[in-house]
Amino acid sequence: MMSAAITTRPPTAPVPHAPAAGGTRRRSRLRQRLELAFLLTPALVLFIGFVLIPIGVAGYYSLYSWNGFGPLTDFVGLDNYVAAFSGDVFQGAIGHNLIIATLSIVVQLPLSIGLALLLNRKLRGRTFLRMVVFAPYVLSEAVTAVIWLLMLQPGGFIDEILRGVGLGGFVQLWLADQSLVLYTLFVVITWKYIGFGVILLLAGLQGVPPELREAAALDGASAWQTTRHVVLPLLGPTIRIWVFLSVIGSLQLFDLVWIMTLGGPANASTTMATYLVDHGFKRYEFGFGSAVAVILFIICFLFALVYQRFALRRDTQGALTGVR
Amino acid sequence: MSRRNTVGYLAAFAVIGMTVVPLLFVVLGGFRTTAQINSSPAGLPGPFVWDNYISVATSPQFWRLLGNSMLIAVIATTLAVVLGSMAAFALSRYAFKGREAFYTLFTLGLLFPLGVATLPLYLWLRELNLLENPLGVAIPEAAFSLPVTIVILRPFMNAIPGELEDAALLDGAAKLGFFWRILLPLSRPALITVSVLAFVTSWNFYLLPLLVFNDSTNFTLPLGVAMFQSEHTQDTAKVLAFTALSMIPALTFFVLAERRMVGGLTGSVKG
Repeated sequence: MMSAAITTRPPTAPVPHAPAAGGTRRRSRLRQRLELAFLLTPALVLFIGFVLIPIGVAGYYSLYSWNGFGPLTDFVGLDNYVAAFSGDVFQGAIGHNLIIATLSIVVQLPLSIGLALLLNRKLRGRTFLRMVVFAPYVLSEAVTAVIWLLMLQPGGFIDEILRGVGLGGFVQLWLADQSLVLYTLFVVITWKYIGFGVILLLAGLQGVPPELREAAALDGASAWQTTRHVVLPLLGPTIRIWVFLSVIGSLQLFDLVWIMTLGGPANASTTMATYLVDHGFKRYEFGFGSAVAVILFIICFLFALVYQRFALRRDTQGALTGVR
Repeated sequence: MSRRNTVGYLAAFAVIGMTVVPLLFVVLGGFRTTAQINSSPAGLPGPFVWDNYISVATSPQFWRLLGNSMLIAVIATTLAVVLGSMAAFALSRYAFKGREAFYTLFTLGLLFPLGVATLPLYLWLRELNLLENPLGVAIPEAAFSLPVTIVILRPFMNAIPGELEDAALLDGAAKLGFFWRILLPLSRPALITVSVLAFVTSWNFYLLPLLVFNDSTNFTLPLGVAMFQSEHTQDTAKVLAFTALSMIPALTFFVLAERRMVGGLTGSVKG
């Protein structure tokens, strides 16, 4: 699940107010300290207590073989990590995450851009269209999963529609076929998340001055040329941020898969996150599960750093880009 | 009508179809009987059967799920927005050593997705005795919403002209008074955006409540929908009615907040 908001530039500091006179100076310093403590401490406590500590603790647990109860005594070093990486299922899971991430960029990005350009035109009922496209994004992944699970039942809604339009030969075991299940899930993901990309890109399109299009048209550029050479480059920052969010989202895929297939059949749709929950909770391998969590975190972190360094650098200066 | 626009309308029509058909399948399916759905999955209701909706809407289970979700989302949103705006104020309108370090610390949180941290979080919550407790879900959700809240609010608060602050301070207001009486009201658009984000995140979250709650009376709506589906596999019509009703809050909320959301995002994505 993603939600987005991005600062593009670390804001510059407002000029501090120079305290008036020497006598009041120390008192106002103290006062400022107290105010800062009052303002910052609650957020810091919450953040450190429930974001940083658990993640730090995961690193510690990951070095033990531990079933979640009793003291940690069985120190195994990096064995959990070695075991995870050398297991077929986890390797497969990483592969599945990468396939979903790649497909997202190759399929969803052009689709989102096309839809955003369409919805940016002065069509009648445009506002309604925007709301319709965005609607699935508001639903939880759980609801989405249940809807599609029911529609994809063998002999269910989708199959009957296909037969109805004479495509009965294409009917498949959408969720039970090992070679197909991942792609079926991808279609559902696309249905749910396409609206998010569209909204983000529409916001980006509002930053494209209409004068530029008009100038290009005056110079004799066709609609396609204008779009390709004027509008798309200006959408660059938005597209780069969408790609970032999309990849991070793909790497963490869980709810949909868990409800629709539990990672099956025969691990054909296991993702890193379903693997993590399966081992950490279902099998009480908390040390091992923690190692998987750390691996997943490191993969996301490395991607974020590399992407930040090479792609987002143009759009942001300094601070890590704000995204979740 | 130009040819270009005809293509546009055709595409628009296809998009509406793809998006709306699954939703209609759920809503209309709820008005049929399971026998009808089984014999003709893509058929329309006729005559309309109200039993499924009535039985879901009158079941205490549905309302309890709704109440649980609401309670958790309200606590998480309130915590995230109150604490986040206080921190954003400190990080935007005070000059002090280490300010950027604090800011970077919070932005780091954006790289820690709640999903990844759930397993250690679960162990930590067990340690704190917060399992089977709505706070055990709401507090971590608030903590994980803090970074995005601060990252949106800080530039917004920064952009409010310093002259306003000077004028307020000259008039004898304390700095915190300026925050409370002037800055917060002026930040309303950004506050709405971060509230919506925090609320929706909490409302839709599945993994953490899945692990924290074992007792189904504590379940939130997403857990409830998935559970209802797996418990009533033989009664498709009722599952559809249940799912349809559970979509209503999110969709209503979205219709109410949509315009402001897009407005808020526009501001923060630009440039």
